[in-house]
Amino acid sequence: MIVKGRVWKFGDDINTDVIIPAKYLRSIDKSIWPKHVMEGIDPTFSSKVKPGDIIVAGKNFGCGSSREQAVLAIKWAGIAAVVAESFARIFFRNGINNGLLLIECKGIYNSVDEGDIIEIDLDKGIIKTKKGDLSFKPLPPILQEILNSGGLVEYYKKKVKKH
Amino acid sequence: MSTAIEKILSYSIGKNISAGDFVEVNIDFAYFHDGSGPLIIDVLKEMEVSNIFDKSKVAVIFDHSAPPYNDQSATLQSKVRKFVIEQKIEKFHDIGEGICHQVVPEKGYIAPGMIIAGADSHTCTLGAFGAIAIGMGATDMAYILATGKTWLKVPETIGVECNGKLKEGVTSKDLILEIVKIIGTDGANYKVLEFFGDTIKNMSISSRMTMTNMAIEMGAKTAFIEPDEKTIEFLGRNGKKFKSDSFTEVISIDSSSIDPKVACPNNVSNVKSVSEVEGIEVDQVFIGSCTNGRYEDIYEAARILKGKKARVKLIVVPASKSILIRMIKDGIIDILLEAGAVIGVPGCGPCLGVHMGVLGENEVCISTSNRNFIGRMGAKTSKVYLASPLTAAASAIEGKITDPRKYIK
Ligand code: SF4
Repeated sequence: MIVKGRVWKFGDDINTDVIIPAKYLRSIDKSIWPKHVMEGIDPTFSSKVKPGDIIVAGKNFGCGSSREQAVLAIKWAGIAAVVAESFARIFFRNGINNGLLLIECKGIYNSVDEGDIIEIDLDKGIIKTKKGDLSFKPLPPILQEILNSGGLVEYYKKKVKKH
Repeated sequence: MSTAIEKILSYSIGKNISAGDFVEVNIDFAYFHDGSGPLIIDVLKEMEVSNIFDKSKVAVIFDHSAPPYNDQSATLQSKVRKFVIEQKIEKFHDIGEGICHQVVPEKGYIAPGMIIAGADSHTCTLGAFGAIAIGMGATDMAYILATGKTWLKVPETIGVECNGKLKEGVTSKDLILEIVKIIGTDGANYKVLEFFGDTIKNMSISSRMTMTNMAIEMGAKTAFIEPDEKTIEFLGRNGKKFKSDSFTEVISIDSSSIDPKVACPNNVSNVKSVSEVEGIEVDQVFIGSCTNGRYEDIYEAARILKGKKARVKLIVVPASKSILIRMIKDGIIDILLEAGAVIGVPGCGPCLGVHMGVLGENEVCISTSNRNFIGRMGAKTSKVYLASPLTAAASAIEGKITDPRKYIK
């Protein structure tokens, strides 16, 4: 599978408080989360982002609280994938559990500029950037299976509930 | 040769595993709060799960918006309350009983050697009791509530050896801030931090919890401290004790060389000695949270505040109701009130920036909590400095960041 999209670039240690500030969490209306995505850094982000866009970030993306709304805000804003130098582990699990494509790829941060189009080849484990190809390690099998199912809920329905 | 974490997991699974393996484990205890609860319930519904795996192994604690601060937070809480009743969960602690990471060990719900999951990132705090305690998101927690199981990648363990006596006026908070500075915000990513050495051995359970609490601020999967008599006494129950006999890496700290520390905005690893930031004016002081809202913390702050007046907003929030009761009985509360403090309802208080002391534009707060991210406690332009209860108390008296040692007689 190929995922191709326009890049939005963020730095290191992007935490869940800036991805979705706590004041929006206790909301009955979940549609407000994508409307405030990344507001802690760029309040105009949600108005600029288009479905299929890709976030590229530095190290430790998603650090901080375990709030799953951070993943949902990104996913529901239409982001197709987040490619980072590294992820914080709770965010990483939450992402995969919700079927959000997350790729850890060393060297990505310095290989792209905001607005670039990059192409992620999931089968080959390669990201095509204007500065050349970067390779990334595929997900471990259990995570691959959860992601391919569309998330942990679907995985549960398919694998666990059947038995 | 293996780590305590590998041993606990091997024991639980019934076969020898080691770092790097992917395993499915049974969860011995799980908990969540009013913040994570509503999403967890939605996910369980999507999964079409009508009964949780074992109600005796689950606790629900309302701490994040306690009491609720607007109609929506109240509505979401009543949704969780309804779930608790439907599922007949008896280990339920409504608003005002305290922060989940404090209430769960205080009630003796956990024991050394257990595998614990919490739907909150600071679940790592409970590693102070010789258990594996892992913070997770809502979907992982829903899966656990449905099946009693989760998958884990067996983590490596970094040993953090702390030897030496902490100087007067220096606390476990200063020590852990120094460690965050050394390790960095992602230096322990996917790994476990195990604290050991005579400094840790001699620490109270409260101080140990301050250490393990901040492991997540270094990206760690969790933290661990070998259990001893103090652990058993605190929990009021015994458990299975495991001990590490190897680490991936060991970092050694001379605890006796540490000064009071402050983590400056907007990154927890931006740690400086208090002498470097002394004099920075603050608008608010917050003493509380799952990092430093325990009796010992508030007692030490009260020793500094006794007979003095706070020049700025001073908000003190005990981490649990039992701590508040002790404060009332021992007269700590009088000292604090006379010093001008506002006492909040036991719970998270202003730590997450939604109520009971939200910061306005450009306001500066010195806080005993664990995060100083942009906008964490309120307006995007507000700033948070993290410090020990002693430094926070001394700063309240002067209205600016102050070395607490001048107030220690
Ligand atoms: S006190 Fe703060 S850090 Fe601790 S659980 Fe509550 S909100 Fe989270």
